[in-house]
Order: sequence, then structure tokens, then C-alpha cells
Amino acid sequence: MEATKTLSRNQGKVHETRKWLCMPYGIFLILFIIFPILLIFYYAFSDPTTGLFTLKNFKSVFEGDSSVTTFKVIGQSLGVAALTTVICILIAYPIAYILANSKWNKNAVLVYLFLLPMWINFVIRTVATKQLLIFFGLDPAMHPWVCSIIGMVYNYLPFAILPLYNTMLKLDKSQIEAAADLGASPVQVFIKTIVPMTVPGIVSAATMTFMPTMSSYVITDALSGRTIKLIGGQIEHQFLHSQLNVGSVYAIIMLALIGLSVVFENFFSEKKKGGR
Amino acid sequence: MEKEIQLTAPVSTMEETNISLKRREKGEKAKKAVALTFVWIMLLVMYLPIMYLIVYSFTDAKVIGQWNGFNFDCYSTLFNGKNIYAKEIWEATWNTVWVAIVASLLSTVLGTAGAIGMHFLGKKFKTVFNFANEIPIVNAEIVMALSLVILFAFLGLPTSAFSLIIGHMVLTIPFVVINVQPKLEQMDPSLYEAAMDLGASRSGALFKVMIPDLMPGIFSGFMISMTLSLDDFVITEFTKPSEGTDFQTISTYVQGTLAKGSVPIQIRSFTTLIFLLIVAVMIGYTIVNNRKAKKI
Repeated sequence: MEATKTLSRNQGKVHETRKWLCMPYGIFLILFIIFPILLIFYYAFSDPTTGLFTLKNFKSVFEGDSSVTTFKVIGQSLGVAALTTVICILIAYPIAYILANSKWNKNAVLVYLFLLPMWINFVIRTVATKQLLIFFGLDPAMHPWVCSIIGMVYNYLPFAILPLYNTMLKLDKSQIEAAADLGASPVQVFIKTIVPMTVPGIVSAATMTFMPTMSSYVITDALSGRTIKLIGGQIEHQFLHSQLNVGSVYAIIMLALIGLSVVFENFFSEKKKGGR
Repeated sequence: MEKEIQLTAPVSTMEETNISLKRREKGEKAKKAVALTFVWIMLLVMYLPIMYLIVYSFTDAKVIGQWNGFNFDCYSTLFNGKNIYAKEIWEATWNTVWVAIVASLLSTVLGTAGAIGMHFLGKKFKTVFNFANEIPIVNAEIVMALSLVILFAFLGLPTSAFSLIIGHMVLTIPFVVINVQPKLEQMDPSLYEAAMDLGASRSGALFKVMIPDLMPGIFSGFMISMTLSLDDFVITEFTKPSEGTDFQTISTYVQGTLAKGSVPIQIRSFTTLIFLLIVAVMIGYTIVNNRKAKKI
């Protein structure tokens, strides 16, 4: 009895010490991730010189003419992000389906081939895309939207393929076969069994493309002749002019949009769980 | 096809199914051909910009798309120590590489220790930790970048190599943690305790029993960190050293020249070489993997 007691006490001690291993990371999280985000809110609501509470940073973003620009930037960001996401998924879906089908694709080499361009610096790839589009007669200055979307889709396609591919590897083949045997047409099989089974993949592919797109101002700057402005680009602009307080206001707008997309994402994944 | 059906005019049901099976097989083959053609065309499109860059690395025209005759000027100037662009490119490359290695190593150590610690925390603290760990993954990179700049401004410090490393760690640590976590779940806890019972010290049990078990997760966390860090632009632009000599990584350097309107021709030969390196590593990795698979 006594022995087991000391043993369990010892084990308790062991657990104690192991717990402390996460202390350095905990400090790192607080110092460099949580505290800086709180500072964004402080900066957005304070005067750059006095440090006192003020709403003038918000006013400079949302009052008069600047509000027109701000809403245009928000609209353009959402537009570019939504178009990129939809097109990426429409292209990535069949690719992932084919790659995950063992009848058609026996090894993973083709998957690697789709991921390989990601190891070439994305700014260099954007330069190459720009030159190639000009070569094909698509001048970014003349067709800012077409060029920007092509550049975005090109950059984010692998991020959409990967989660879709992973979900499709786990597709329940017997269910698909059962649907076909019970007389469902190929279209019905696709809509009623394959698509519902891949919803988690679609949701994570959408998150992987939608949210980072709004930060990818390098691509729109290069491929739209700076006519399409993203919120990310606005933040960079404020940073380059040392306007950290106004930049914080844009960062808060961005945080709000991210919050909305997280709610959206949860809504869809919850629905999926409920459906099962 | 018609002839075949005529020949077998007095059909037995057996033969009929045979024919339909054959037809089905043909249909499958056609489907496979269409599917793989689609995939290969998409792959071609994905590689088109890189191929275009590679082709034009063999001419010294200032603008890609103009052909100035076949020559190796892009390559010879890239390895000419006196060429200003070559110097800038190699310096940026060196910066990119050392930042990635230092940040990834630190992230891997801190993240692995964090994941192990979190694994033994109570449920409440675990949830809090997991939530905090998710923040940099979900959050926009540019918001993280701005928040770090504000932190350093708030502390009255200029951005430096330190802030740059911190920035890259913020970017990469969460991925180390989420790569190590599944391995911890799979780990057999009695092994660690057995090692302790057999007289291993705490650190001995940790390094000789637990860490080897977690190694695949730690390694993939490190590799993802390297990939993210090498390719990063936003955090680098915001947190890179602001004082002293002009500090550039490949991303910020190329973006800078692109904004000015003329990307140096040496970038073409540089990209070609990087591409060859990646392909070589990929092939080597596949061969080693296949060998390992065969052994097992």
C-alpha cells in the first residue's frame, strides 16, 4: 500500500515536470502572439503622439472620401478572394478526384509534381506569370482582374488540391458502388454521394485559399498594375509610411473579416456533422 | 464492333455479358485517357511560367519575351563576383537560408517541447493552449506582421535580425506543434514510465524513449517550417532589420526589383538552378523512400 502510494506520487511528480516543458512556448505565445494582437487594438484607438484615447484613426479610414476607398478596398479584397476560391476549387476538385483514384493514378508522383512548383519562390513565380501573360497578349494594365485572378489561382491551386486529395483518398468506395448498383446515374452518384462525402475537404480547401488571398497584395500589385488594392496592401502602405495607428484600423477590419470566415467555416463543418 | 455483334448473332447470354463487359472496359479506358490528359494539361499549365523563365535564361535580353540570341550570359554573370546583381542575389540567398535554418531549428525545439508539455496538461489548459496555437494559423499573415512591428515600436526597439527570427518563428511554430501532436497521441505512455522504472533519468527517458518516438512528426514540422520560411514575403518585409545595410531575402529582393520595373536577368538562371536542385532532391527522396518501402 505504502509502496503504491509513493509510486503514484512519483508518477505525479513526473507528470508535473513534463508539464513545465510547455512553459517556454507559453511565454512565447503570450509575448509574441497574444500581446501584439492586443497592442493592435490599443494602437487603433490611441493618438500616435500622445497615446491617449481617440477615434481619429477610425475617422481617417471611414469618414468622407476615404470611406469610399475603404469600402472599395474591402469589396475588391472579398471579390478577389471569392473568385480565387471558387475557381481554385472548380479546377482542383477534378484533379484531386483523378489523382486519388487508384484505378487511374497508381502512385503519388503526380501529386508531388503538382506541389513541386511551390518550392520555387512565389515572388519569382509571379514575375514569370506576369511575363508569360504579357507574352500571350494579356497586359496586366489592360486586364487587371483577369490577370490578377489567374496569378492568384496559379499560386493557390496546390493549397486547394492537397486537402481535397486527402479527403478523396478516404472516400467510401462501397457507398459509391452501392449508389451506382441501385440505379443512380453517374451525375446522381456524383451529386448525392461523392460531393457530400468531400464537404470537409472543400471547406478546408476554401479556407486555405480564401483567407491568405486577402494578404497576397504582391500578386495583385504585380498583375493589376496596382489598380486592384487589397486590405493587405493598405496595411503595407500604412506601414511603409510609419502610420502604425491607421494601419491597426485596417488590421482590425481584416480581423473582422477573418472572424466572419471562421464563423462561416464552422457553420459548414457543424452542418456536416449534424447531417451525419 | 458491329461485325462482332453480327457474328455472334445467335447470342447466348454468356457472350452478351462478355461483350458488354468489354465495352465497359473500353469505356473505362477512354475515361482514364481523358482524365489523365486533363491532369497532364493542368500540370503543363502549372509549369509553363517556370519553363518560360528557363527558356529565356539562355538569352541576355533585358526583357523576357525578347530573344537576343542563344548565350550563357545569365549564367556567367550570375557566377561573376564583380557583377552587382549577382552579388545582391547571392547575398539575399544567404540571408534567406540562414534565417530559415535558425528560425526553423528554434521553432522545432520550442514547438516540440511545447507539444510534449501540452500533452500532459489538464483539459482546460490544453484547450487554451490549442486555441492560442491556432491563432497564427487562422490569422492573416499581414496582421501578425503588423502586430510584431507594433510590439517592437511599443518597446522602442528597431526591427532587427532578432525581430525577423521572432517573426519567422511566429509563422512556423504552430505547424511544428500540430505535426508533433498526433505522434504524442499515438505514443505508448507505458514505454516512458518503463524507462523510468528501469532507472533511466528524466532527461534520459525523454531523449532516449520519447523523442525517437516523436521523430517523424518533429521532422515533418521542421520541413514545413523551412518551406514556409524560405518562401515568406510579408513577415520578412515587415520585421527585417531596418537599420544598417540594406537587408534583403530573395522574396523581398525580387519584389523590390519588380516594383522598380526591371528584374535582373540573373534571376532567370538562378531560378533554373533552384528548379534543378528541387527536382534532384525530389528524385533522391523518392528513390530513398522506395528503397525503404521495399525493405519493409
